[in-house]
Amino acid sequence: MEIKKVPTRDGFGKGLLELGKKNKDVVVLSADLTESTRANWFKSEYPERFISCGVAEENMMSVAAGLALEGKVPFCCTFGVFAAGRAWNQLSISVSYMDLNVNIAGTHGGISVGPDGATHQALEEITLMRALPNMMVVVPADVIEAKKATIAAAGIPHPVYLRFTRSGVPVISKEEDEFIIGKAKTLKEGDDLTIIACGNMVFEALEAAEILQRQGVSLRIINMHTPKPLDEEIVLKAAKETKGIITCEEHTVFGGLGSAVAEVVCQNNPVPMKLIGVKNRFGQSGTTEELMKYYELTADDIVKRAKELLGV
Amino acid sequence: MTRKRPDVNELKEKALKIRRTILKMLQIAGSGHTGGSLSEVEIILSLYNYELLHNPKKPDWPQRDRFILSKGHGCPTLYAVLADCGYFSEDLLWTLRKMKSKLQGHPQRDISLGLEASTGSLGQGLSIALGLALAAKMDNRDYRTYCLMGDGELQEGQVWEAAMMAAFNKLDNICGVVDNNKIQIDGFLKDVMNIEPLAGKWQSFGWEVIKADGHDFLSLMDAFDKARAIKGKPSVILADTIKGKGVSFMENKASWHGIAPKENEVKKALAELKK
Repeated sequence: MEIKKVPTRDGFGKGLLELGKKNKDVVVLSADLTESTRANWFKSEYPERFISCGVAEENMMSVAAGLALEGKVPFCCTFGVFAAGRAWNQLSISVSYMDLNVNIAGTHGGISVGPDGATHQALEEITLMRALPNMMVVVPADVIEAKKATIAAAGIPHPVYLRFTRSGVPVISKEEDEFIIGKAKTLKEGDDLTIIACGNMVFEALEAAEILQRQGVSLRIINMHTPKPLDEEIVLKAAKETKGIITCEEHTVFGGLGSAVAEVVCQNNPVPMKLIGVKNRFGQSGTTEELMKYYELTADDIVKRAKELLGV
Repeated sequence: MTRKRPDVNELKEKALKIRRTILKMLQIAGSGHTGGSLSEVEIILSLYNYELLHNPKKPDWPQRDRFILSKGHGCPTLYAVLADCGYFSEDLLWTLRKMKSKLQGHPQRDISLGLEASTGSLGQGLSIALGLALAAKMDNRDYRTYCLMGDGELQEGQVWEAAMMAAFNKLDNICGVVDNNKIQIDGFLKDVMNIEPLAGKWQSFGWEVIKADGHDFLSLMDAFDKARAIKGKPSVILADTIKGKGVSFMENKASWHGIAPKENEVKKALAELKK
C-alpha cells in the first residue's frame, strides 16, 4: 500500500495561513529561508504582517520579543540548527526570561533533511530548548498535527519551539483528532513494552508494533508530540503497566525526549529503558532513507531494541 | 506635544544626587558596575526629565515612549532615576542585588516599576527596541523608542544586525544613544577591540549620527531635539562620556567597571559630589 508522505513544514505553512485569517496580531519573521520554511505562503497572503530579517537569527529572536511586548504574536522561521543553536542566548534572555508569546518554527529537524549534510541537520533542538525555563517544545508527528500545533502555539502565552521536518512523513492522524499541547496520545494499546516517540519516529514505532504483533509481542505506542511540558501521567502509567519503555527520536539521545522520559521514570518508577536516537554523532549527506537506516532509526531498529529489552 | 526644557541647574543638582545615590546603592549591594553607571547619569536624566513622554503614576500608559537599557549593567542609574521620578519608593533602591529584590543585578522586566525589558546579555537591547518600534509603525502608534547602549557593547554583532534592519525599515521612531566612555571591563576599547570610526559605521548602516557631550544637559537636549526631527531613517546619539564621571579616583579607570565602592571610598566620593 502506498502511504501518503508529506513534510510537516507544510502543516506549519497551512497553520500560519489559518492564523493569518483569524488573528490580526500574528506576524511572521523570516531569516531568509522563507520558501524552505513555508513562511512564503503567509507572506503572499499577508505581506503587511511579514517581516523580512535577512540572515540574522539573533536579531530576529530579540525583535520578536519586542513585537510580543506590544501584543503581537510572532512566529520566527528558520532552520532548526540556526534557530535553536545560533540564537540560543536570545531565546533565553529576550524570549524565555520575559516569558513572551514568541513562537519559533525550526524546520529541517533531524538527519532526514538528507543531502544538505551535517551543517543543516538539526539534532539538538529538543535538548537546547528544553533547558530554557518557560519554553515549550512541540514535535508534531505528521502534517495534520503540525498544522494544529502551529495554531495551538499562537494561543499559548508562553514561548513555544516547534520542530518540523523537511522530508515527507507518513500521514497518521486525522483532521478530527484532538490535539492539545502537553497531552500525549496513546495510538495503540499494548502490555509488553511501551514505545514513546515523537515526530517522524511515531510512524516507525507503529510499523515496529505491527511487525512484533505478528511475533506475539504487544507494544503500546505513545505519540509524545510535546517533549516539554512532558505528559508525566501517561509515562508513569506506561512504567506501571508495561515491562519497559523505549523512546524514539530523530535527535541526539543526549538531553532530548528520551532523557525527558528517563528523568520522570527513574525518579518515580524505575523500569528498564532504551533510548533510540542519534548517538554522539553529526549527520551527513545521503538520502533520507539511507540516513535513517545508517543512524538506526527505522522500524527494524525499534524491533531489534524491543527484543533486546524483552530478552527474546 | 511641545516639551518644556527643565532648568539646567536643577538637572545638575539632580545629577549630583543621583551619583550619590548610586554609590550608596552599590556599596550596600556589595557588588555592581560603578564606572558605567556614573558615565550615563546625564543621559538617563535627560531622557526622563525632558525627552520621554511618560507618566510615573501610570507606568503602563500605552502612549508612553519606551526606553530600553541595553547596557543592563548600568541599571543602578536607571533605578535611581525611576525612583527620583516617583515610579517607586527610594527604599527599594537599597535592596539592589539582594535576594528576592525587584531590582535585580541586571534589569528584569516589570512594567509596574517602569522597567520595559529584561536586559544584561549585551547586544540584545537594540533588537528589542526595534521590535517595539516596528510594532508602533505597523499599528500607526505615535510612541517613540529609545535604546541606551554601551560603546563596548557595540562589539556584539547583533547590534549591527539590528542597525541594518532599522535602517532597512526606515524606522524614524527609534533613537539609539551610545554611552561612549571608551572603556570596557578589560581596558580601553582601542586596546581590547577598536570600534572606531564609530560615526562612520553608523552612517554607513543608514543611521543619522548626532554627536553630543554626554555630560552636558544642553548638548543632550539639543541632540534629542535633532533626532526627533529626522524623518525616514533611525538616528543615533554618540554621547561622549567619561567612565566613572564625577569621582576623581574613579574617572577613566577600567578597574571601576565591575566593582562596588567600599565604605571609605564612598565617603571620599561623596565629599566630591557636594554642590
